[in-house]
Amino acid sequence: MARVLLFGRLSDVAGWRERSVDAPFLSALRAKLAGEDAALGEALAGKGVQVALDQVIVRGDAPLNAATEVAFLPPMSGG
Amino acid sequence: MSVRLTFDPFDPGALLSEFTRGRTETGAVATFTGIARAEAGATVALELEAYPGFTEAEIRKIADGARARFGLDEFEIVHRVGKIAPGEPVVFVATAARHRRAAFEACDFLMDCLKSRAPFWKKEHGPDGARWVEPRDQDHADIARWE
Repeated sequence: MARVLLFGRLSDVAGWRERSVDAPFLSALRAKLAGEDAALGEALAGKGVQVALDQVIVRGDAPLNAATEVAFLPPMSGG
Repeated sequence: MSVRLTFDPFDPGALLSEFTRGRTETGAVATFTGIARAEAGATVALELEAYPGFTEAEIRKIADGARARFGLDEFEIVHRVGKIAPGEPVVFVATAARHRRAAFEACDFLMDCLKSRAPFWKKEHGPDGARWVEPRDQDHADIARWE
């Protein structure tokens, strides 16, 4: 089970900030979230949205077996 | 060398006093304090969201780069998160170096980095609702000065 975290406008789209999702790969996790909430799926695939696995930015797909925390980071605003 | 996020208001004067205490060889301390603007009533509150752990680590990377680049003795960065009222300090940056130029420039550089690259998500609450904010073109132009 991965702990999924949404930041910024993504949590407004989803209506939640954190939940546990069971998926073997990041791609499967995206598909699962998009299947439940199409608007969220689209937002997660949006321009400039980055993904961090256990606080490290990853690009493309990745296995989630070892990851405990998956964070979706929309474009950052700066401080 | 400290980077700290806080939900609570802070006193920049107290932070400066603490930062300058006991410095017999430093010579120069520069600081910047950013304050939330009311925008003539358009902003009732600012809300800053961070990714705990990740945000501090990314800011520390930026600050360590500044320390090496400008030969700083030390730095301190305190950043508010959560809801911030107009007039309250949002960010405090202090830099210490042997001479003033390095302290000034490092402080300026750190603020440009924080405004354009730090992992925060900012929401402005106004009388007609809230909106998410992204970096302004000016913020990108400011950081480009150092490249």
